[in-house]
Amino acid sequence: MTEEEILESLADIVEEIAGVDANEVTSEKSFVDDLDIDSLSMVEIAVQAEDKFGVKIPDDQLAGLKTVGDAVGYISSNISDR
Amino acid sequence: MSVNLRSAPFTPGARVIGLGSSQPQRVVTNDELAEHIETNDEWIRERVGIISRRIADPDTPLVEFAADAGSKAIADAGLSPSDVDTIIVATCTMPNPIPNAAAQVGHRIGLTAPGAFDMNAACAGFCYALGMASDLVRAGSSEHVLVIGAEKLSHWVDWQDRSTCIIFADGAGAMVVGPATTAEETGIGPLVWGSAGDLYPTIRILDEPGESGKIYQEGQTVFRWATTQIDPIALRAVERAGLALEDIDVFVPHQANLRIVDAVAKRLHREGAREDMRVARDIVHSGNTSSASIPLAIDHMRAAGQISRGDVMLLVGFGAGLSYAGQVVICP
Repeated sequence: MTEEEILESLADIVEEIAGVDANEVTSEKSFVDDLDIDSLSMVEIAVQAEDKFGVKIPDDQLAGLKTVGDAVGYISSNISDR
Repeated sequence: MSVNLRSAPFTPGARVIGLGSSQPQRVVTNDELAEHIETNDEWIRERVGIISRRIADPDTPLVEFAADAGSKAIADAGLSPSDVDTIIVATCTMPNPIPNAAAQVGHRIGLTAPGAFDMNAACAGFCYALGMASDLVRAGSSEHVLVIGAEKLSHWVDWQDRSTCIIFADGAGAMVVGPATTAEETGIGPLVWGSAGDLYPTIRILDEPGESGKIYQEGQTVFRWATTQIDPIALRAVERAGLALEDIDVFVPHQANLRIVDAVAKRLHREGAREDMRVARDIVHSGNTSSASIPLAIDHMRAAGQISRGDVMLLVGFGAGLSYAGQVVICP
């Protein structure tokens, strides 16, 4: 799965959980500051992403994923590690 | 010498025959909280779904509103206090462990020397206690059991901690459990229960030296656990009762946080619950009252005409421990 494909799927998840237009979900955006997503929605996004991509995103790792690009990078590297 | 001990005669089943609840008079709004801490109405509503909650005066003991809820449930069952032989109070917020709440509450209500004990399974406590009551009646140890979930969380809340003081509240809810004369009249399904003790630090009283002595919660971890681990427990309770999710009329999860309630309900809908299944959202005006939240929600829904006699209700409690329990109950 390419990073572009991960971004596209992740954007759909963000749209479903937080009601943010998927087109707004781009790499440089901060989940909290730009997309106005709170910590509980981040957990819901993480849980859905875990199911979708078959990766583990524990809460301590989740806290470090500030931007959409951070999340895409984390998912990408954990998929390829398997 | 060899003897043959006699067992108490079994009863075919148990059922809920009365409901009652009680809350302190004082309503605390989000705006009132915002006068003392850095928060606001919109933030609280978005984060936890609470608009207002009831908070007891510092002088009002938990046993006072517990007894009020219990008396109402006994009256609702058409019984008098002398008919109740056992009282269980599910609570985790007594100011100290001795004496227990149940004996005092029984005394206040006017029960006659009842078997009386407290049960601490935190927010899962009511479902645990209801399961115990059902089994006591079925096993012939008790005839009528008064089960009360009662909490005074305000005693344990750090009013400067905006992550917890916006959530927790005070209140009590009660049910009377009595015998079913035939198996068909059974109104309480098998208890599905358990715990995840590895997660014990996620909800606790901060009691280490130098800590506040107040309640603490790791919001994200608990949220993840509740929104992913509770629906399978609910589903198992339905299956053990010999039913399917589509048979459930009313879903009453512990009122932890409206976001959790909605997330778990969404998963149940995806797994086969009916679109018209009613979901308890009592937290909006009652806050999170731990073990009291489930019976409070049911009593309020009945008073509002949202549920009626014979409705099939799915109860599931979960919280500190972490502990969890659920069962199917027929509305009296």
